[in-house]
Amino acid sequence: MQEVKREALIARAAELLENGTVDRVLGWKAGEFDYDLTPALFHSAGELESDFVWNGFCGANFSKYLVKETGKSENKVLVFLKPCDTYSFNQLLTEHRFSRDRVYAIGVPCEGMLDAGRIKDSAEGIASVREDGDHVLVETLYDGTLTLDRTSLLPDRCRNCKSKKHVAYDELLGSDGEVLDSHRFDEVEQLERMTPDERFAFWQNELSRCIRCNACRDVCPACTCEKCVFDNPNSGVENKAAANSFEEKMFHIIRAFHVVGRCTDCGECSRVCPQHIPLHLLNRKFIKDIDQFYGDYQAGAEVGSRAPIVNYSAGDLEPYEAVERGGSDA
Amino acid sequence: MRKLSLDKLDALFAAISATNTLYLPVDTKAGARFERWESGKTLSTALNTVRSAKDFFFPQTENLMDFKVEGKSIEIIDTRTESEDFVLFGVRACDVKSFEVLDRVFLADPVDTYYKNRRDHGVIFSMACTRPVESCFCGTFGIDAANPGGDVACHMTDDALYLQANTDKGQRVLDSLDSLTEACTTEVVDEQNALIRERLARLPLADLSAEAFGSGKTAEYFDAPEWKQLSESCLGCGTCTFVCPTCQCYDIKDFNTGHGVKRFRCWDSCMYSEFTKMSAGQPRLTQLERFRQRFMHKLVYYPTNNDGLFSCVGCGRCVAKCPIHMNIVKVMKTLGGREHA
Repeated sequence: MQEVKREALIARAAELLENGTVDRVLGWKAGEFDYDLTPALFHSAGELESDFVWNGFCGANFSKYLVKETGKSENKVLVFLKPCDTYSFNQLLTEHRFSRDRVYAIGVPCEGMLDAGRIKDSAEGIASVREDGDHVLVETLYDGTLTLDRTSLLPDRCRNCKSKKHVAYDELLGSDGEVLDSHRFDEVEQLERMTPDERFAFWQNELSRCIRCNACRDVCPACTCEKCVFDNPNSGVENKAAANSFEEKMFHIIRAFHVVGRCTDCGECSRVCPQHIPLHLLNRKFIKDIDQFYGDYQAGAEVGSRAPIVNYSAGDLEPYEAVERGGSDA
Repeated sequence: MRKLSLDKLDALFAAISATNTLYLPVDTKAGARFERWESGKTLSTALNTVRSAKDFFFPQTENLMDFKVEGKSIEIIDTRTESEDFVLFGVRACDVKSFEVLDRVFLADPVDTYYKNRRDHGVIFSMACTRPVESCFCGTFGIDAANPGGDVACHMTDDALYLQANTDKGQRVLDSLDSLTEACTTEVVDEQNALIRERLARLPLADLSAEAFGSGKTAEYFDAPEWKQLSESCLGCGTCTFVCPTCQCYDIKDFNTGHGVKRFRCWDSCMYSEFTKMSAGQPRLTQLERFRQRFMHKLVYYPTNNDGLFSCVGCGRCVAKCPIHMNIVKVMKTLGGREHA
């Protein structure tokens, strides 16, 4: 259950529309079912009242939408940001991807978002989903109402939430949290302990499922190039298909390299992957390496910080030192 | 109609495999997918596969031919592989119907021989859906999940599999399995079908109607103001098109191997910014036009060119997989319910 209720978000958004602070609201719009919410613009209190939703299925990170949205009008747009979204927000500001003065950001606390896929693993035919404290009540088409443990329905990014603290907002609804001591690098460490052959086999298996839909790239707040190299027919690596399994891996690994030091670990890539490829693990490996080799660094923690990877200091380690410090298999 | 005791299911798969490569839905941690059967693999209990069955006739990438270049001579090398007999087992009614949609594209003149060969060599064993889910809406397009079609239609109960041949091709395979199966009446299947139809009628999307769409409606919907709001949050990814059983657009590309060219075709997506790029540029400049294209194609253009047949089969894959949950159901409800111009 979320600490701040839908009604509080709607009330504040309606006020800001009414007093002219903003002329539109970026929020989550109700769908056909309880879990299929769509990011949408709301222009009036009436629209908010009928369709605005705030619940455990509001996983979509709105930060990237601001790049397009702030280009449309000089008037401010209201955006609701969960703690992890605020890191993407700051990172995009650092990269001058949108105008801060065209946005009114409201921070909302987050108790972790639900993974509809995990609900479907336990429930066949979902008639309705209702959150009730630590439980989620799923009314099914054939098996009555199931009571599921909310924690078991969290996606990996929420199980290993890195921060409940909002690092950017104009105002905050509810209370702010803390940066958490998460276990988000545990899986990376497991991969590091594999032999190179085992690790290759692991990624070969995962990435072989890729259908090159580009959802990971298109949702990624760090991927905001006006024209992606993989969309350029003259690049020789256009996105339409992989001629062989090497190309399949190349797409993901190049993309991971491209967002090094800029990826805030929001986890949207893995949320949207239709083939359940744990793409966030590639990015987390880089984040872990940066922490280890250059000192702790969290992209998006503040506006204007220079990632170690685009910064020079006399003490930077040399490549051979990285190999030594990372262990023989690094 | 023939009946097979479920404890003989493995024997059935082995018998089919003896003469055909057999593919069936198998559970994986990333959902069900069609895999080549071998001893030890069991049939998935999932309602449907993450990727559709179209992959078997229209694979995501397919080598068309190779060119080997030596000096000034170019040798054309035949790389075709689509001549293997295979059985596709456990195909749902929606995916079976998708083959009809694809046939009208690939088997129309000029015939796509790569596709045709695969169709000729494939035998479809369909499977009735006893537990359709909330994202199913095949009924909207006149598809009956209780009567799934294909070369052999199957129904499964707790203890038996019922098989009914619909085509000569299906009958031949079924005849070869006679020693495992026994003749039976249709009583159990009729009973199951009554249950299935009752369940279909109670699905949340059971009342979704395609009546407002179809042949000749281009002018009515093309400039609808609703496209703006519907397409507003579309990411422009290709998930919907790539999980869709009826999307059939492709591109042909040459891959430079260093000593020649590998010519392959691969799925393309109307959602992509460089789709159908021509010398004059991209005709669909923003995501609104690309988004509109996909749904107009499913609901208006395709029916206009194909005797009113819609090119959506209501499988619900896009409903389940779209990263922002915008899909054909929402498009139909928004546009279909509007005041007509």
